[in-house]
Amino acid sequence: MKTVYVDNAATTAMSDTAIEAMLPYLKEVYGNPSSLHTVGQVAKEALDSAREKIAKCLNCEPREVYFTSGGSESDNQCICSAAINGARKGKKHIISTAFEHHAVLHTLKKLEKEGFEVTYLDVHSNGLVTAKEVEKAIRPDTALVTIMYANNEVGTIQPIREIGAVCRKAGVVFHTDAVQAVGHIPVAVQADNIDMLSISAHKFHGPKGVGALYCRRGIPLNTFIEGGAQERGRRAGTENIGGIVAMAAALQEACEHMSENIEKEKALRDKLIEGLLKIPYSRLNGDLKQRLPNNVNISFEGTEGESLLLHLDAKGICASSGSACTTASLEPSHVLLSLGLPHEIAHGSLRLTLSEENTEEQIDYIIKEVPEVVKTVRGISSFWDDLESGKIKHFIKK
Amino acid sequence: MALYSEKVMDHFTNPRNVGIIEDADGVGEVGNAKCGDIMKIYLKIKDGIIEDVKFKTFGCGSAIASSSMATELIKGKPLSQALELTNKAVAEALDGLPAHKMHCSVLAEEAIRAAIKDYYDKNGIAYDKAQFPDPHDEEEEHFDRD
Repeated sequence: MKTVYVDNAATTAMSDTAIEAMLPYLKEVYGNPSSLHTVGQVAKEALDSAREKIAKCLNCEPREVYFTSGGSESDNQCICSAAINGARKGKKHIISTAFEHHAVLHTLKKLEKEGFEVTYLDVHSNGLVTAKEVEKAIRPDTALVTIMYANNEVGTIQPIREIGAVCRKAGVVFHTDAVQAVGHIPVAVQADNIDMLSISAHKFHGPKGVGALYCRRGIPLNTFIEGGAQERGRRAGTENIGGIVAMAAALQEACEHMSENIEKEKALRDKLIEGLLKIPYSRLNGDLKQRLPNNVNISFEGTEGESLLLHLDAKGICASSGSACTTASLEPSHVLLSLGLPHEIAHGSLRLTLSEENTEEQIDYIIKEVPEVVKTVRGISSFWDDLESGKIKHFIKK
Repeated sequence: MALYSEKVMDHFTNPRNVGIIEDADGVGEVGNAKCGDIMKIYLKIKDGIIEDVKFKTFGCGSAIASSSMATELIKGKPLSQALELTNKAVAEALDGLPAHKMHCSVLAEEAIRAAIKDYYDKNGIAYDKAQFPDPHDEEEEHFDRD
């Protein structure tokens, strides 16, 4: 049985380019970039070159790029830094959305306990906020606006450029968790009016455990991992050279092939959405137009997500769900709930996230298998019986 | 998937006793859609023996496997024995469940009790109320997502 991997929002396979770029730094080029000798300086050159490549992809200066251990660390550092620096000026208000990644949400919860006030903007049923809503929420004491570029579950792309413009005008620091966007859709920090941004290598065919943050020149960035003077004193610890070099190679490749990848993924995505929405009582979650080219998120009424995933896994299809049962919690996805979906619909959702590596044959296979799996799961579901008999009213139209 | 034992996967993939008994003598339904688990168990009872049992479950893999295993464990057994079935016994028969999935086996135990209670109530059979404690508050089971 062949594996059909459609969980690329969770992680991607490393590209050959990234692996090949990484290998020399695991073996021959083992130096510490902080060392004065030649072995160290070769590593230092690789580090500088990787920083330049990433800066070019993000449309910023190399000195504005800081390497971290991944998206979560970048989110933590950007948000806490902006909060602390805001508080110094008496600004203790932060604006965000209800459906951020937990790396952002949990950081904000921590700040709330420390006396910050956070406004969580409604993302509406389509999973989008507007710049106007951000503008309205900004107060004289607002220290930071942090809104994700693209949502990891429903794939909606926020009007980042407009939000950034509103923040710039008001003099408020704007951070965006761009983990799902960078390498997938055009992101240019200057044109997008972004002050701080987080990325993670393994979301664009790079290795796990490495990421970066962008911090615009002039925006203070506090240190969270204390130690040596690496990353211009902003992030201590000997650099993960192999990971950083591989991340740069992966991002460069992703940016070079972006238009063709977008075109390919969009065609596959739209075919998949069309095919799956033929299943009765199914609905697409998140706006169809302002959407990542690789994201499909559909709820099937009367089903439970983990059951769908297990049956699909048995057919070689690797997907993900907003069901509570895929995590150690009984609560379904906070993202789907934030769109106003009832719990029972959120439990029965399926997320399929594509990469340019997926083929049309794979999409055909998914479109053939998912209806069978939904039928099986509904066939055993007492909840489905109640919907069919009219005891409970359908939420989704047939 | 290494999340579950082979037994759980077997009962999830090929669940036993799935269905509805139209003229059931006792029906028990527990859980709710909000939490993503509803278990409904139908019993056919003759001379104090569970002659037939069917179930329908809306829920995750372990909820379905727990329902399937629980129905197997009580089929053909006297009611007194079915009432003694614990969630632990269901989980053990499945070669164990992950810690955060133990509530699924609890639902199975509760669904059987609810079905037997329904049978007693419908037939005016006296029973010790202490045998059927109220299912504990669902809210208590919630804990934070990772």
